[in-house]
Amino acid sequence: MESVNSPTVCQIRKTPLNALHHRLAAKMVNFGGWDMPVEYPSTGGLVAEHKAVRGSVGVFDVSHMGDIRIHSGRNPGGALAAVQHITMNDASRLAIGQAHYSAMLYPQGTFVDDVIVHRLGADDFLLVINAGTREKDIDWVRENTKSFDCVVEDLSDSYTQLAIQGPRAIDVLQKLTDADLASVKNYWFTHGTVCELKNRLIARTGYTGEDGFEIYVPSDTSTGNEVWRKVMDAGREFGILPCGLGARNTLRLEAKMALYGHEISETVSVWEAGLERYCKMDKGEFIGRTALERAKAVEQSRTLVGLEMMDRGIARDDYRCYDETGHAIGIITSGSPSPTLGKNIALAYVPPAMSAIGTAIYVEIRERKYKSQVVPTPFYKRARKVAPQPVASSSAKTV
Amino acid sequence: MAYPANYRYTNQHEWVQVKGDVATIGITDYAQHELGDVVFVELPKPGNKVTAGKSFGTVESVKAVSDIYSPVTGEVTEANGDLQNAPEKINSDPHGAAWLIKVRLSNPAEVNSLMDAKAYEAFIATKGKEASA
Repeated sequence: MESVNSPTVCQIRKTPLNALHHRLAAKMVNFGGWDMPVEYPSTGGLVAEHKAVRGSVGVFDVSHMGDIRIHSGRNPGGALAAVQHITMNDASRLAIGQAHYSAMLYPQGTFVDDVIVHRLGADDFLLVINAGTREKDIDWVRENTKSFDCVVEDLSDSYTQLAIQGPRAIDVLQKLTDADLASVKNYWFTHGTVCELKNRLIARTGYTGEDGFEIYVPSDTSTGNEVWRKVMDAGREFGILPCGLGARNTLRLEAKMALYGHEISETVSVWEAGLERYCKMDKGEFIGRTALERAKAVEQSRTLVGLEMMDRGIARDDYRCYDETGHAIGIITSGSPSPTLGKNIALAYVPPAMSAIGTAIYVEIRERKYKSQVVPTPFYKRARKVAPQPVASSSAKTV
Repeated sequence: MAYPANYRYTNQHEWVQVKGDVATIGITDYAQHELGDVVFVELPKPGNKVTAGKSFGTVESVKAVSDIYSPVTGEVTEANGDLQNAPEKINSDPHGAAWLIKVRLSNPAEVNSLMDAKAYEAFIATKGKEASA
């Protein structure tokens, strides 16, 4: 029999910055088929990288992420209709220049992948997808937009994508672009010259729970290296650090952002994952909607909760959870020490009856059970800038 | 970091220093580097038995859990309590202050089969080549 294995699955893939990561002596790992940096020990390693992003600024190579552009066919409107059909959030509500979190669902209401949808034009969208699910996602998009009057382009290999994240990200990137970054709101984007490269997409997005930007530049190695060098130079005064997937994971976990294959997957529904905020049931038909409607009428068997370890132990991905009487009740989807909080935290699927804040949940770690409790999430939320009090009006009140 | 000439080493990256019939055990600089920032250590209590080649505890970094295998067989006489509150010492002084346990040897000859510093350095040099290949 012929082998059905695709050769691309076996071959490790590299971003245009791969050689740079090796030169920086990064610790590398195979992440969804990609040779990616986990951490850069020579500049401090994971915890230092995490703290740089929370306190100042860090930069990540996220070129492994995939990019799918969906734009008009012969007549306008086909791309919007296609995006509305394959994603759960309401793309019609996006202004041009705005982005939102969304997901592509299977008919049973579970996840093909989560995506960031950018509205480039009235009938022109860019979907940023996960690295590990790239081929599956692109096939899914092509298959399910066939009947729509739109053009689907896989731009995944067209960009080197850098995520500059942290409270000082804006100061770093502003040195390198003519775009007025302060006027770009969270989850909006603009186009501008970046490092002398014209008309680059600059989005105020990220996966760290911190302010920051993601930039898209041409995918040739020399351009990527040059942009990376300029970002590092511009960030030097703020103590910028190169950051790997290790810090990316601890940062997103503290902010309770879902990771495909962990909190969300082809067996988890939107309701279970607690992502109803991004699922617009009233927007009209979309793939998965019927199943989600039906599931609403039935009692949910599990829900995602945040845990904090009370006993000294670290809950890790796939560890089992028990109630006080020793019954198996669920599973950890992501668990790690939290560098910001100095505590051991985790996300877990448990029955709704066990999801109240303060509920004791026992995590099995190497054949022993360690106590944890349900806590509010996100574990970490950045302080929003408070608008200064209008002095005149407040003094007027007292008069 | 230099590998002390008077220690012996395992291919699981533990070191052992023998004085009389007591062995002090730790993990190597190579091991701590592979792990990254150490945040948690779990060690056996005095009186527990350890067996050569068997796991006796764990060291955890932010991203990984690593079993520690005993280079020797015997009874634990002491565990390094300082590491509970300062596990990061394993990163800064793995061959010294961050020793893990002391063991009274039941078969001191076991140590002879372990690598000396030179052999261990050669061993990790081949590891480095594998990793960069």
